[in-house]
Order: sequence, then C-alpha cells, then structure tokens
Amino acid sequence: MGRGLMSSSNDRRLDVAVLYPDLLNLYGDRGNARAMARRCAARGIEATVTGVDIGDQWSPEQSDLVLIGGGQDREQRRVQADLLRRGNAIRDYVNDDGVVLAVCGGFQLFGHQYRGWDGDVMDGIGIFDAVAAHPGPNVSRCVGNVVALWEGETLVGFENHGGRTYLNDGQQALADVASGFGNNGGDGLEGARVKNAFGTYLHGAVLPKNPHLADRLIALALERRYGPGAGELEALDDGAALRAHAEALHTALSATESPLGRRFA
Amino acid sequence: MLAGKAARLGMRALGSGGTALPGLVVERLHPQATERLAGRLSATALITGTNGKTTTSAMLARILRADGRTVVHNRSGSNLMRGVTASLVEAANPLGGLVHGCTAVLEADEAALPAIARAAPPTTAVFTNLMRDQLDRYGEIESIALRWAETLADFPTDATIALNADDPLIASLATCWDGPCLRFGIEDADVPPAPSGEIVDAIWDPATQDDFRYSRRYFAQLGRWHTDAGVERPTPEVSADEIVQAEASTQFVLRLPEGSASIDLPALGLYSVYNALAAATAATALGVPPETIKRGLGAHQAAFGRQEEMVVDGRRVRILLGKNPSGMNQALRTLQRPGERHHLLVLLNDGIADGTDVSWIWDVDWESQAEHCESLVVGGHRAADMALRLEYAGFPAPRGPVANDVGRALRAALDALPQSERLTILPTYTAMLDVRQRLGRMGAARLWDVA
Ligand SMILES: [Zn+2]
Repeated sequence: MGRGLMSSSNDRRLDVAVLYPDLLNLYGDRGNARAMARRCAARGIEATVTGVDIGDQWSPEQSDLVLIGGGQDREQRRVQADLLRRGNAIRDYVNDDGVVLAVCGGFQLFGHQYRGWDGDVMDGIGIFDAVAAHPGPNVSRCVGNVVALWEGETLVGFENHGGRTYLNDGQQALADVASGFGNNGGDGLEGARVKNAFGTYLHGAVLPKNPHLADRLIALALERRYGPGAGELEALDDGAALRAHAEALHTALSATESPLGRRFA
Repeated sequence: MLAGKAARLGMRALGSGGTALPGLVVERLHPQATERLAGRLSATALITGTNGKTTTSAMLARILRADGRTVVHNRSGSNLMRGVTASLVEAANPLGGLVHGCTAVLEADEAALPAIARAAPPTTAVFTNLMRDQLDRYGEIESIALRWAETLADFPTDATIALNADDPLIASLATCWDGPCLRFGIEDADVPPAPSGEIVDAIWDPATQDDFRYSRRYFAQLGRWHTDAGVERPTPEVSADEIVQAEASTQFVLRLPEGSASIDLPALGLYSVYNALAAATAATALGVPPETIKRGLGAHQAAFGRQEEMVVDGRRVRILLGKNPSGMNQALRTLQRPGERHHLLVLLNDGIADGTDVSWIWDVDWESQAEHCESLVVGGHRAADMALRLEYAGFPAPRGPVANDVGRALRAALDALPQSERLTILPTYTAMLDVRQRLGRMGAARLWDVA
C-alpha cells in the first residue's frame, strides 16, 4: 500500500472487545489489549477497547477483534453461563471471519468442554474442535517459558495451566512447541486456529513481545472491515519488543530443566 | 571519617539476606527439633499473607522488645519451615535453653503456613492480605485461601487470629474460626481512592456467589466492602484514622481496644499503615499496652530492602521492593507526590523467588508513574521485558543499554545520577538481594546509621 493511500485512510478504526476483563485477567493478559491499541494508534488507526462483563449488552458484530484471557478455574465457572448464552453469536462472528484471540482459560472455554481438576465438566462454546481436561489435583500444572514455531517464526510466552487441551482430528494447531508444554505436553502442539480465531496458552502478555502475531490480528481485522489490501501495515520501530522477544527466547532455551515441572522434550 | 564508618556499617548492615542453612541441617538430622524448641517458647506470633509479612514482623519484634521481652525472629526471606527452624536453633545456641521464655515472631510463607503452624503452634496468627503473587509457585489465590481455612483447624483453640477487616478474602477466615479474633482496618474516610484501573483480586464472594461491592477502595481489594446478601466488612477492633502522609513518615491515630495513641511511623504509604495495624493487633493479642505499641512503632526502621534509604559515594539511594502487582503499585504510589520526579532504576528478575513468570508486570499500573519519572535505567534477567512494559507506559527511554546484569545497571544508574539527586531502585526480590549486596560492597551505609 502506498503512502498516499495510507494517509487517506487515516479515519480507519477498529473496535476491540475484551471479554470479562475483571474476571479473566490473572496472568497479565490485559497487555494484549494495550498492544492492539498501541500498534493501531502508531498507524493512525483509532482503536477503541471495550470491556464486556457478565450480562452486558454486546453483539460480536459490533467488534473487529475479540480478546479473552485466563483466570482461575473458579472464575471460568463464573463466566461460563454468560459465555454460553453468547455462544451462537460468537460462532456466527467467527464463521464470518471475525478475529479472536483466546488465551489459556479463554482458549479452554472456546473449545467444546473443559473438565476441571475435580472432574466437574464445563461446556465451552466449541469454536475450536478441542477438549481440555485437568488430570487431577495431584498432577503438576504445565508451567514455564514457551517457545513455539508459527509459520516459520518464533512465538514466545509463559504458560501456566492445569488443563491439557487435545485437538480433534482435523483441528489445526496454532504452532509447534519448540520448548515448553504447549497444549498438553505430549503431542508437541500449541494452541489452535479456526479461520481468524486464534487460541493459545501463551501469557506474557503474548502480543506485546510477539509483534508479528499482533500485526496479523490487526491485518485480519482491517481486511475484514475495509476489504482486501487494507491489511497491509507500515512497519513500526519494534526495537524494544524484539529485544523482549529475544530475551524470552534465550530464557526459555537456556533453561535445561524447569525447576517447576517436566519440560516437553 | 564518614567513609570509614560507612564501610564498617556497610559490612554489618548490608550483608546478605540471611540464610536458612542451619535449619536445613537440623531439619534433616532431627525432624522434631522445631517442635521441641517451639515448645519452650512463652508465646509465638505467626505472620502470613501476600504482602507486608517482613515489615509487620519487624514492627512486632520492635514492639515486643520495647515491652521488655526477648524475641526470636526469623530473618527476612527465611520464611519457609527451615528458616523457622534455623532461627529457633540460632536462638537456642550456643548456651542452649535460650529459647525458654522467649516470644517468637515468625514470618510464614503463605504455602508453608500449615507446616509451620503445626511445628510452632501460634499464640496469635496475623493474616495481612491475599493477592496475586508468583502464580507459578503458589498456584492460584483460591488454593491458598482453601489451605489457610483448613489450617485454622490445627491452631490451638485459644489462639487469637488477627485479620485484615478491609480484605474480604482475609476477613472471611473468621467464619472458619471459633476462637478469639481481632480485626484491623482503616477508618479514615479521607484516604484517596485507588485508581480505577487497578487490579482487584476479590470480585465476588465464593461462599454466596454475590459480587463484592466497594464503597471505598484504598488499593487492590482493601477497603470498605459488602455484598448484596448483607455480608459486610466487620468493624475492626484495631484501626487507623486521621492518616497524614508527611515527607518521611506517616502519622495516624491508632485506635486499640484499650485506648488510642497518635503514631508517627517512619515509613511511607498506606501499605505501611496496614503493616503497623497488623503488628499492633498481634501485640494487643500478646498483652502489650498501647503506650508500648506507640513507642515500638515510633522506633520502626525499614526492614531489609523495604523502603531502605542509604548513602553511597555521597549520594542517596532508596530501595522500594515490589514483588507483585499490588506491592509494586503501592511502591509506585509512595513516589507520586505532587511536583516530585524521580531517577528510577527498575530491576526485573525471574528467579524462583521472584516468580519465573514476568507477565505480572502488565498488571502493574506503571502508567500513573510515567510523568513522575525524570530518568530511567532498566536491568535484571528480564530487563528487556521490563523496558518494553515501561515503553508502553510512556516512560522516558531508558538510559544506556538495557543490562541483564544487575551490577552494570546499577553502575549506569549511579553514573547518570546528578550529584545532588536521589536514586530510587524498584527491584523484584532476588534483584533486591543482589543490588543490596553490591551497594554494601560499594560502602553504602543506611541513612539512619550515618546520621
Ligand atoms: Zn494460563
């Protein structure tokens, strides 16, 4: 996209919705909304971030990007009924190429179901063809720095989850685990992707130090709203983000054995 | 003259953060040692909670000494079982039996509390607050709350539990306890409210499913809370009112069951007031009169790395530990005085004792501190992560290269510091130990030791 076109499209905007910002915010995931707002603003795109709480009037069609983060099992139970009520609308939104980033607890709730440590089964909204299960209170959580390979590039972040996610046949993973547990510590897969919906276990927060993933979400949202070509983004000065990315990469790869649990081999 | 004295004091005052090694040895050789030694104590106070354990313990120890008692006290950071064992062994040696008649003030790690309470049954136990902290190590808040509630069943039935009335997650422990209970809280209606963007860890009451509502909130979830089902903040027996923040101290009126006292606490911020309240409540449970509590609090000196101020190369350096979102938010708020701008050294480590997950820095309200920052240096194992977070928050660009090495970062910060200015260091736990040791080697002396 040429410069002229860039400046003439300065009135572009994106509406970002954060689902349950007060209940699912345990692991720094609020940084993701900040990354969206900042990277849009740097390109003259006006991004508004709106929180959606239990009972709030909201239709996914009002939004260009939907973010949902991680929380305790108890908080996941708390939001579940409200999320199920919105399930059809969110499924329609995803089928219509709506952009989603679902992290950890949010990722699990966007699968078919999550069985908690006490055996209690919680239904999800089935965006991802995946099921998650917690192996029980005596099995250690998946905790540690993660490096995953996504479209030939690295994603870095920190995972902390009791639930293990298993993708059904035909469900595409988001990335391949290079270091860490990923979805379940067994099959080497991390996250899931359906159309423009991305699921991941990565905290960090994930978007600030993975600017290429952040920009992909922005590009997909712009193309959906403004048509083909609208997703071409100017490069930003990402010095600080790339240094944080490199540092996280170094931290993850230089740890031979996690003190907190088995690493995925 | 000053330099020589400073160096000597530096050696004494700025050593390492204490060791739990003797405790480890004794624990292996004689697993019952702690129990035996604890059995000879005349009283035991356990202090646990997410934030304020070390400072509350230091304040309580000072109050008890002012009351003429001999105090056994585990050193900062040695708050696991073996640290408790080490402090009792140390007090018992070399003459043996010194533990007899002592009062123990034992800081207990949140997760280690059940084991410590079994080995050293409390006369009084203080619960300061419960907030998100090192989730990779402790697990989620819910699991700590459950463990604490179960632990109460093991306490001696005549123990007095001291609860923070302003923290709904702490105040609710009273429902699991039939014995004596004292509550502490802030009664001052003029305390400025917390910024609305601050993280709150108590959103709803797990017992009734009702939302917690806050008619006042001072920071994190501490404030005046209630639910629609009629559960509400209990009226505290020990409280602070008429709180005034002075330049280097915090003044308030301390109300106790046996009277009140005006306190001039040499510490900053509302979190220091909560620590003083927690210490005063435990002291009350141990029978200390108000006048002595006042004397003890007035003589408070900052605990290791917590609001410590020192002089190195003729320049003032201050350390404000910030190891989790609420702790860091409070540290930042003490800096936000009108017209003041600070030279900051922010140090982020990701050791086990810091939490290996640095995601929490996104839960800290750095944004409100950006305009108070005159200059910035960033360091620590995850310096680049920190630099990115502060760039997002609108801080000035960090000076010098972002250094993973704490020593290089400290050097850069001191080199860039104008002669008459003060450096404020905001470290995580292991970065605090590291930077403090380096300052010690550079001959730093605590301000009040020099004065
Ligand atoms: Zn997680």
